[in-house]
Amino acid sequence: MTTSNTSAVDYNFDVVRQFTVMTVIWGVVGTLVGVLIAAQLIWPALNFDTPWLTYSRLRPLHTNAVIFAFGASALFATSYYVVQRTCQTRLFGGKLAAFTFWGWQAVIVSAVVSLPLGYTSSKEYAELEWPIDILIAVVWVSYAIVFFGTLIKRKTSHIYVANWFFGGFIITVAMLHIVNSMVIPISAMKSYSIYPGAIDAMVQWWYGHNAVGFLLTAGFLGMMYYFVPKQAERPVYSYRLSIVHFWALISLYIWAGPHHLHYTALPDWAQSVGMVMSIVLFLPSWGGMINGIMTLSGAWHKLRHDPILRFLIVSLSFYGMSTFEGPMMAIKSVNALSHYTDWTVGHVHSGALGWVAMVSIGAVYHLIPVLFNQGRMFSVRLINVHFWLHTTGVVLYIVAMWISGVMQGLMWRAVNSDGTLTYSFVESLTASYPFYFIRFVGGVFVVAGFVLMAYNMFKTIGAKDGSLKPIETAA
Amino acid sequence: MSSFWNIWVWVLSLGTIVGCFLLLRMCLKNFADVAEGEPTGHVYDGIEELNNPLPKWWSTFFLLTIIWAFGYMALYGLGNWTGLLGWKSSNQGILSLAESKAKTLEYLEKDSGVLVQYDREVAAADAKFGPIFEAYAARSIEDLATDSEALKVGQRLFLQNCAQCHGSDAHGTTGFPNLADKDWLYGGSPEAIKETLLYGRKAAGMMAWSGALGGEQGVKEVAAYVISLSGRSVDPELAKAGKAKFALCAGCHGPEGQGSLAMGMPMGAPNLTDNIWLYGGSQRVIEETIRNGRAGVMPAWKDILGEEKVHLVTAYVYSLSQD
Repeated sequence: MTTSNTSAVDYNFDVVRQFTVMTVIWGVVGTLVGVLIAAQLIWPALNFDTPWLTYSRLRPLHTNAVIFAFGASALFATSYYVVQRTCQTRLFGGKLAAFTFWGWQAVIVSAVVSLPLGYTSSKEYAELEWPIDILIAVVWVSYAIVFFGTLIKRKTSHIYVANWFFGGFIITVAMLHIVNSMVIPISAMKSYSIYPGAIDAMVQWWYGHNAVGFLLTAGFLGMMYYFVPKQAERPVYSYRLSIVHFWALISLYIWAGPHHLHYTALPDWAQSVGMVMSIVLFLPSWGGMINGIMTLSGAWHKLRHDPILRFLIVSLSFYGMSTFEGPMMAIKSVNALSHYTDWTVGHVHSGALGWVAMVSIGAVYHLIPVLFNQGRMFSVRLINVHFWLHTTGVVLYIVAMWISGVMQGLMWRAVNSDGTLTYSFVESLTASYPFYFIRFVGGVFVVAGFVLMAYNMFKTIGAKDGSLKPIETAA
Repeated sequence: MSSFWNIWVWVLSLGTIVGCFLLLRMCLKNFADVAEGEPTGHVYDGIEELNNPLPKWWSTFFLLTIIWAFGYMALYGLGNWTGLLGWKSSNQGILSLAESKAKTLEYLEKDSGVLVQYDREVAAADAKFGPIFEAYAARSIEDLATDSEALKVGQRLFLQNCAQCHGSDAHGTTGFPNLADKDWLYGGSPEAIKETLLYGRKAAGMMAWSGALGGEQGVKEVAAYVISLSGRSVDPELAKAGKAKFALCAGCHGPEGQGSLAMGMPMGAPNLTDNIWLYGGSQRVIEETIRNGRAGVMPAWKDILGEEKVHLVTAYVYSLSQD
């Protein structure tokens, strides 16, 4: 396997290096903001009586930072790396690739400035105002040109499955972003959606759920399909399973948005279709998990020594868990209990911290030594510590939110013998505080892990070329 | 929905599921050129792919969800078709509470064959809990205000419907009156409270006075006078000038600023002499109130809660100011 690293192709790793380093930095920043707002839910005084630090402004900053700064940087880095390696050709576009890096960082910095200042379109996960939206569209189209340009000039006869997922995610996110961001600007930093009422809500959640489905699922499955077999040094389990789960996943996911709008003004049939498609989506989602985990057949012992592989495989377990939980929560009668509670927050974080973050962390630990001419990371031990910090943090977080969410749902629907509600909203809030604290502690674990990762990364980058030798493990 | 969009919905949604079925069927067969379990021969950067079959439990389960999907849509409908059950969550397209109530009654009176979930649940709740509230409604508010069971029910209704503005302890907040003291805008008798709850209140209009008072100087003068009414010390010159202008205010607040209620007029002009302030009693806020006016609204609850539940909430609110 090591021989493939010294290939004759002159790969463009500059942009990959840039995105990889920024992935780690935005990981620290995004989770740190998350911990701050988690703390504000327990100690409201932590907004220091300034509008810029209120929960309402920092929450979108947190989501934008983890999804679009951390998550998307990881996707840029790995897709640029994987498409070159699996097509055996240099990245297409030269300066355009560099533009996607600087353009994307400009988008993130604009978010970091404009969201705390209070500029927002008020659309969830699409809060950035219209001038920034235009920049996003330009960068994203450039990304598509670089990626598909590379695919076109590939030296291999087929296109590897990882690139199907990357390609699908790039095209769909472009479509979602452009359609959902259609607005009428009324000033430099304020605009209104062109869609009315329930249609606006539907477009918003068609976008919102597919930001999850394509950016946070399909994109990261692309990542998984390269880094799991590579790190495990095993062949992909089933080519045919890749085909059926890829096509089924991308055609079903796009329908799932209405499950965010159960019991609203959305027409009944649209709610039904959203629920049906979400449930049919369950098995295609699991196809990816099966293909990833079964790739480890015959190499399970590697989990004992390799914390990077452990990150990747545990991420797939969380992926399987969230993609079971999601369709379940899309069932209308389950949704009647779970909707608007912390259960949703727990579900999102089991996907975001368990699946997205862990697969990215594993991929980045694999990438850094390759990109910076080392045989391994500065400290494998610290990777292991990071693994346990992160896993503990995620488990604390999601278990706290599950309990608190189900408790809230049950309290809200509890009825007395006279038909009046048993609990007021404030009572359910008071009951949630212990779980908010556990969630906060979980978040601190996750941030601590990211800080270790950043330290490990800078030590690896700073080490003398080739001075870190791979550790040989007894097979 | 026009028939074009109806067909669009049918073709795309059923097409997606049928497509998934065909895809599954295709991949169940070994269409690769190699035996099952063997590498396909594709190598990407050292990564090989095996031609393993789909796990049996997985493909079976996938097939079952596809069959279930058709079953569910047959029962609950798609596009303009309401399905075999004729189920609807609610009467969509309704524009007012009155229309909604009329529809519910219509549903109860004749079996239209369409199962409207909302109407069914409302009817079931009314049948089950109606008698309890009917019994409470037959008793006087003063009587209920001494019945701890009745007050508990009233309090729960208050916490669900009123606490958002008036607070869990009914002590109010800026712009929303304290209901636990003896200071009333529209009257604290059981009848007056019930009227407020049933029909709502719209403050008769504390208009913006800065123009009529001749600008900022006038606002400052009247504010100084109003503050002095509560016995707080102010610049006597300003207050004196303000007193002269207070005639404009006296129409609603009374010549001594004792409020409209003291004059027997339930128009919601507060008593200005008791140092209780709905919008805040600092000089800055009082000036703001005079300068820009205020427009408080209490919504009407008759159609939302129904008269019987309002009766019970009235008893609870009334009990708060009884010792």
